[in-house]
Amino acid sequence: MVSRSRMGQAPGEDAMVRQRLKLAGIIALILAAILLARLYSLQVSQYARYQTLSLDNHIRLQALSPVRGLILDRNGVVLAQNTAVYALKVTPERVLDMDLMLAEVGQIVDLSDREILAFKQRSSRRPGFKKQLLKTQLDDAEAAKFAVNEYRFPGVTLEAVLHRDYPFAELTAHFLGYVGRISEKDQNRLEEEKYKGISHTGKSGIEKQYERALVGSTGFEEVEIDAHGRTLRTISREGAIPGDNLRLTIDIELQREARRALGASRGAVVAMDPNNGEVLAMVSNPSFDPNLFVDGIDHATYSALRSLKDKPFLNRALHGRYAPGSTIKPVFAEVVIEEGIDPEESVFCPGWYMLPGSTRQYRCWKKTGHGRVDLHAAIEQSCDVYFYEMGKRLGIGQMSGVLKKFGLGSQSGVDLPGEPDGLVPSAEWKLATRNEPWYPGEDLITAIGQGFLMTTPLQLARVASILANRGSVVQPRLLMSKNDPLSGEPEELNNKKNTRNLHINTEAMDRVIRAMTAVMSSPRGTARMSGRRSAYSIAGKTGTAQVIAIAQGEEYDEDSLKEEFRDHALFIAFAPVENPKIAIAVVVENGGSGAGVAAPVARKVLDHFFLKALERA
Amino acid sequence: MLRRKKLLFDGPLMIGLITLSFLGLFVIYSASGENFSVMVRQGIRLGIGWVVMILVAQISPETIKRFSPHLFIVGVVVLILVLLVGVVAKGAQRWLDLGIFRFQPSELMKLALPMMVAWLMTRDKLPPTFAIILLALVLTAIPTGLVVIQPDLGTGIMLAASGLLVIFLAGIRWRHLMMMLATVAAVAPFLWSQLHDYHRQRILTLFDPWADPMGSGYQTIQAQIAIGSAGIWGKGWLQGSQSHLEFIPERSTDFIFAVFAEEFGLIGVLILIVLYLFIAGRCLAMAYQTKETYSRLLIGALALTFFFYLFVNLGMVSGILPIVGVPLPLVSYGGTSMLTLMAAFGIMMGTHSRRRLMT
Repeated sequence: MVSRSRMGQAPGEDAMVRQRLKLAGIIALILAAILLARLYSLQVSQYARYQTLSLDNHIRLQALSPVRGLILDRNGVVLAQNTAVYALKVTPERVLDMDLMLAEVGQIVDLSDREILAFKQRSSRRPGFKKQLLKTQLDDAEAAKFAVNEYRFPGVTLEAVLHRDYPFAELTAHFLGYVGRISEKDQNRLEEEKYKGISHTGKSGIEKQYERALVGSTGFEEVEIDAHGRTLRTISREGAIPGDNLRLTIDIELQREARRALGASRGAVVAMDPNNGEVLAMVSNPSFDPNLFVDGIDHATYSALRSLKDKPFLNRALHGRYAPGSTIKPVFAEVVIEEGIDPEESVFCPGWYMLPGSTRQYRCWKKTGHGRVDLHAAIEQSCDVYFYEMGKRLGIGQMSGVLKKFGLGSQSGVDLPGEPDGLVPSAEWKLATRNEPWYPGEDLITAIGQGFLMTTPLQLARVASILANRGSVVQPRLLMSKNDPLSGEPEELNNKKNTRNLHINTEAMDRVIRAMTAVMSSPRGTARMSGRRSAYSIAGKTGTAQVIAIAQGEEYDEDSLKEEFRDHALFIAFAPVENPKIAIAVVVENGGSGAGVAAPVARKVLDHFFLKALERA
Repeated sequence: MLRRKKLLFDGPLMIGLITLSFLGLFVIYSASGENFSVMVRQGIRLGIGWVVMILVAQISPETIKRFSPHLFIVGVVVLILVLLVGVVAKGAQRWLDLGIFRFQPSELMKLALPMMVAWLMTRDKLPPTFAIILLALVLTAIPTGLVVIQPDLGTGIMLAASGLLVIFLAGIRWRHLMMMLATVAAVAPFLWSQLHDYHRQRILTLFDPWADPMGSGYQTIQAQIAIGSAGIWGKGWLQGSQSHLEFIPERSTDFIFAVFAEEFGLIGVLILIVLYLFIAGRCLAMAYQTKETYSRLLIGALALTFFFYLFVNLGMVSGILPIVGVPLPLVSYGGTSMLTLMAAFGIMMGTHSRRRLMT
């Protein structure tokens, strides 16, 4: 080996190292070219993509929730409103330790296990950047306490939110319905775009029926946010448009009176204006507090209410199916006359009726019998034997025809969701659904409103209004006007076009109405007690519908029967007879007799209607 | 003979470094969220760096060469010390607390290692024999290993690169080079198994950052969004939404290039890369012109390492290399590494300025 001086070098080394330096320099240039190629790709080729991502990062479109429209009664009393409450909301992805946060927040505000569970369920189903409700309706003290500590909880915000509130609670629950949080099921039904920033939707009643008008439209705000999700400034803003205010035809005072008249009984009252179909009162008892549903009812309370035998969730006025009993007799009386049977012809009522060639007895409600009765007396005294005879003569074909003509067995078209049809039986219907022929005996029981025939209180109120109108049919409805809260212009709804005339023989109509007036006012009228000393004229018809069949030769003894097997008490009426302003139907479940139980309820409602109306005028 | 009265420095290199330093201050001001005091502190560090550079430039190459082994041994000792009594910060044991300031021994090694390997190479005729190469590899592996277990993978990689670059410049035979590469390929699976989980995650993230956009992929994605959304002309100084709204983590230090690229666009990037190439190129030219092999190897390796810093940093920020903690030289906020770098430029300038004075 050649030894070298300290700073010397062997020949040839220079050239070689210089060669390597050049090589390294070239490699460095190649690496620089690779970097430039990469940066060109990012900044030029993919510029549009990254620009979008950058904007998405710091520009966020925030939905501005519209204010839901108010719902008022016909006199402007607020039935559904929005009140401001404080709510705690959590953006899960901004919370470092969820359980720790929940524990610490729980020391400041009262968090129930149910709220925590519901929050966890909600947040597990939604993306982490979406705010989820943790607790609503904080009281002022809790809100203030949290506000002071808010800085300790990144991702948790205190917000004032509008909360739907039903001041009349139970009194309006059935027809008004309620709103609830948008569920996954709702999400499939609702247009996603329209419901950005909206947490609640109408679940039943008017709230569901007029959802489109009530909901308004979402506004949008473009804001700049930083990496921690803090809003820095607003870039642009398009305000939300509040929903329409709705004015209903309901008179909340009349509603309250009807509810009071029913007392503790299960049942329904429907009152409407026969001239235009405006529903003035629609009561179903028992009821429930719709406010429980607004932010989600807890399971225990819900199943407790649901399993109640009294079925508080059932809107009996709309969904209750009842045999009309004798309240249907005026309808059959009308067809009796139209079919050319002499209304003056009398039938002898010994207290029972027997079909030729049969030994089965069909009883009249009056065991001792009515003696000779014509059509007028048969309605006035509600003689069953007269109508058994007419039922036999008319047959089911004629009867189901007139029932349908009076709007039974089909929806009335009321503006509430889920209206049932009810049931008008016919020979064809029985053959098709039960595979049995129609028996002559079934003509008889149909003629007194028993058997297969099923009607709703709303349908009965409509029957009363058709009678009141001397044969013209109106479509019942609850909405009187929509009111755009911005322009303030009410949009009146004209219901006249839904009016239809049945072209009933005027003479027949007059006879039936005279008989119904006698029900209330003649000394033998079944509802004479309820018609006494009234300042206005009333036409009515009582009804008592059997819940269970009483065997041959057995007596109906109210006291010995279990309450749930007792007769339903029914009553229909309109007033004043000459110029009807109100038509009403009352059903009291297992109440006993229509005359004794249902008619007094109607009288109270009518008194309130006329006397208060006079007071106001 | 040396005329001691004259300060020794290199004009073109000084111009390049001054330009880069001022550019860096502008970027720091923006990256720190327009924090004036951060910029001033960085300016003070730069000033100290410049003083160090001028001072180091006055040390003769002979002295540097002579003390290479001593410096290396001191370096290894303090690296062992730091593992025993060092200060833990950011999950790694990298600093020695010297009372007045914290000292990062791995920085000393950035100079000591290439000096040592160059010293070793020039003890004998070049190209080096297989035995010398093996010895050089061991000398490189010792400090590299000590730094990697701190753990500081980024600095470890840069150390290894500086040692290997000296070996390469010293004229390692191609077959030896191939053997080295083959060995690396053979032990790669073992090295993979020895990596920290977070390093493995970073390497995997490189291939698909969108697999975990809010976790391990976040930094890469946000940096790429910053760079890509700038386009050709950039968003303008202080106008970068990604950096000013704090979407980019480590934006003053390792990821400062994302801030720069967002605000100055492809044009700025081009200027920056050209500036680095100019500085590295000027240093390579100095190595080329130097009369003596030790200095040639050392200057060449230091110049290439400087460029390699740029490559690794831009590569990781723009998403073509895994994220290893390597700062952007002279621009990233931070103390010790800047001093080392300026000292390295001091060595290069001093050696080069004396070339005509040496026989």
